[in-house]
Amino acid sequence: MSERTLYDRVWDAHRVRTLPNGQDQLFVGLHLIHEVTSPQAFGMLRERDIEVARPDLTHATVDHIVPTDDRSRPYDSEAAEAMMAELESNVREAGIELDDPTTGDQGIVHVIGPEQGRTQPGMTVVCGDSHTSTHGAFGALAFGIGTSQIRDVLATQTVAMEKKAVRRIEVTGDLGEGVTAKDVVLSIIRRLGTDGGVGYVYEYAGDAIEALGMPGRMSVCNMSIEGGARAGYVNPDETTYEWLRATDAFADDPERFAELKPYWESIRSDPDAEYDDVVTIDGSAIEPMVTWGTTPGQSVGITEPIPAPADLPTDEQDVARRAQAHMGVEPGETMQGYDVDVAFLGSCTNARLPDLRAAAGVVAGHEVDESVRAMVVPGSQRVKAAAEAEGLDETFREAGFQWRGAGCSMCLGMNDDQLEGDEACASSSNRNFVGRQGSKDGRTVLMSPEMVAAAAVTGEVTDVRELPTVEVEAR
Amino acid sequence: MSGPAATGETADIPSVESVEGTGVPVRGNDVDTDQIIPARFMKVVTFDGLGEFAFFDRRFTDDNEPKDHPFNEARFQDATVMVVNANFGCGSSREHAPQALVRWGIDAIVGESFAEIFAGNCLALGVPTVTADADTIAALQDWVDANPDGEIAVDVAGETVTYGDTAVEVSVEEAQRQALVEGIWDTTALMRSNRDAIAETARSLPYVDDRDAGSGRVDD
Ligand code: SF4
Repeated sequence: MSERTLYDRVWDAHRVRTLPNGQDQLFVGLHLIHEVTSPQAFGMLRERDIEVARPDLTHATVDHIVPTDDRSRPYDSEAAEAMMAELESNVREAGIELDDPTTGDQGIVHVIGPEQGRTQPGMTVVCGDSHTSTHGAFGALAFGIGTSQIRDVLATQTVAMEKKAVRRIEVTGDLGEGVTAKDVVLSIIRRLGTDGGVGYVYEYAGDAIEALGMPGRMSVCNMSIEGGARAGYVNPDETTYEWLRATDAFADDPERFAELKPYWESIRSDPDAEYDDVVTIDGSAIEPMVTWGTTPGQSVGITEPIPAPADLPTDEQDVARRAQAHMGVEPGETMQGYDVDVAFLGSCTNARLPDLRAAAGVVAGHEVDESVRAMVVPGSQRVKAAAEAEGLDETFREAGFQWRGAGCSMCLGMNDDQLEGDEACASSSNRNFVGRQGSKDGRTVLMSPEMVAAAAVTGEVTDVRELPTVEVEAR
Repeated sequence: MSGPAATGETADIPSVESVEGTGVPVRGNDVDTDQIIPARFMKVVTFDGLGEFAFFDRRFTDDNEPKDHPFNEARFQDATVMVVNANFGCGSSREHAPQALVRWGIDAIVGESFAEIFAGNCLALGVPTVTADADTIAALQDWVDANPDGEIAVDVAGETVTYGDTAVEVSVEEAQRQALVEGIWDTTALMRSNRDAIAETARSLPYVDDRDAGSGRVDD
C-alpha cells in the first residue's frame, strides 16, 4: 500500500481492535516506568488482584526524585525514600528490571531507553510522562500516558487511544553555526504556538532534521509536547541504524539487527504519503533561540527584539504582559545581557553526551562568572561515565561547574536542586512555566546547552557565537 | 468500602445501572480539585490512603482542628451519594480527586454540573455523575440534611433520583450512561477481555519476543 505515513503503519500494526467507546486498543512494545507516576497504578492492580502482563516489555528507572549529590540510602528526603522504596517493591514483585543508581545504568527515562537500544523504530512506546515523545526520534510512536492508562498497560500491555491527524514539519537547508536542534524546536513552537499541535502528531523531516544525529532528533521530538502535539517522530534512516547498532540490544547480536531492519524500513512514510497539514521552516534562517517569557512559545532569536504584547495576537497579549512582568524584561530589547544567577545544564531535552561535549567546548578556557551557580546534571549514569572518560567533567569542574549525578534535577525541582527566590536560570530544559524549577518567583530562560554554557561564563544571556570557542580534545 | 472499581477481577465489568445509599450534601459552586484533594497529599505512592484526605483543608484548620464540613459529621459517615452544586471538580486533571472521594465511600455524585475531566475520571472508576437543575439539587440537599439515614436511589439507566416519596428526573450524559449501564466503563477489564487478540497482535510484531508473559526475564 502506498500514500501512508509511519504513523498509519505503526498504528495499524499495533491495533488489537476498536473498543466500543470508539478508541483503538493498541499493543505496547515498550512500557517505561518511573517512581512518580507508576505507584498508584501498581496499587490499582493489587486492589484487583491483577498481575503485570508483560514484565519483559516493561522497564523501570528512577529519575524525578533521585538526589544528584548524596545518593546513599535512605535518601535524605523521606518522601523521596518512600517513593523509591515503593518502586523497588513494585518491580521486585512484578519481575520488572530496574536501573537504580547502583547499576550504573540509571538515568532519565527518556535518555536510558534510547541509550540501551530499548527504543526501536516501528515500536509503540509509552510512559507515564509527557516527554515520552522523545522516543519518536527513532521512528517509534511514543506517547505520554496518565495513571489509569499506566494501570491498563501494566494489566494488558495495551492502551486505549484515539488516532490523531499528522502534520509534516519540514525544516529545510543547513543550520547555521552555533544553531542546534534545540533552536529548531523552539522556532517551531514559536511559529505554531504551544497549542498549535493539539489534535496532531508531528512528523519532522527535511534536510536540517536529517542532518541531525540521534541526540538532536531526540531534542526536537522531546519538545513536541510543548508544541501541543500528542507525539512527534522522525522516519528511521542510516543515522538511526548506526545508533542502534552500537546499543546493548544489537552490539553483540548483528543477526537480530539484520532480522529487524526490514521491518524498520517497511514502516517509513511513503514519499507520496498524505498529510493533514504540511509546514515548511527555513532552517538556515534560525538563530540561537532564547525564551523571554513563561511558556516555551515565548521565544526570540538572540539578536531579535522581545515583542511588545500589543503586537501579538489578541489572545496572547495578557499572558505576554504577565510573563514580561514576571521575567522583568522590556519589549524592544534583546535578551542579550539579561542577568543570570543559575546555569542548569541537564534534562531529557539536552543532557546527552554531544550536548555536554558542545557545552564543554564553550566552557573550556573560561571560568563560570562569580555571580552564577552552575551545574551539569548528565542525563544518565552512562552519559556521565562517557563524559568523564573524555575528561569533560574536568573541563566543567575547572571552570567552576558542579558535576552531579544523573536525574531530572532542576528541570522540575522535585529533589533538592531548586531555584531560590527570584533567581534567573539559563536552562537547557524544556519548560519555563512559573514555579517549574522549584521557586514560584524563579525565572527560567530556555536555550541550547551551548548557550547555557555561554551564559554561565558571562553571567548573562549571551550569543554563544560571539564567545571564543576552544576545541576540547578527547582523552 | 472502595466502591465498584474494586470489583473482583474477571473480564466482566459490572454494569452500574443504579446506586442506592444515604446521602451527604456538599454545598457550593466551583469546588475545585485542590479543595477535593490538596496537592501536598499527591506525593504518595498509592491512592489507598487518600480517603481520609478528601476535602482536607475544608475539614481541618492549620492546627488540625476539625471545621464544619459534612464529611466530618457523624451522621453522614456512611453516605455513598454526594449531592453537590455547579461546576464541581474543576481545576486540574488529577485522578486523585475522584479516587479520594471513592475511598471515602462515595459511589455516585448528583449535582448541577461537573467539570468534564473530573466526570471522565469518575467514569473511569464507575462513579456516575448525574445532573439536575439548581432547585432540584437544593431540595435534595435539604432533604438529605433532614434525613441523613434516608435512602436515595440513583437510577442511571432510567435517569431518575428517588428519595423519600419523591422521584425527580435527572440527566446522565449519554456516553456515560451507556458505558455504565452496558458495563464498558472500565478500560482495564474491557481490554483484558481481548486477551487472545492481544496475543495475536504481539505475535504479528517482528520485534516482540514470542514467549509467554510473566517470566520476568528481560532479554537484551
Ligand atoms: S528531565 Fe524534566 S522533562 Fe524530562 S522527564 Fe525529567 S522532569 Fe520530565
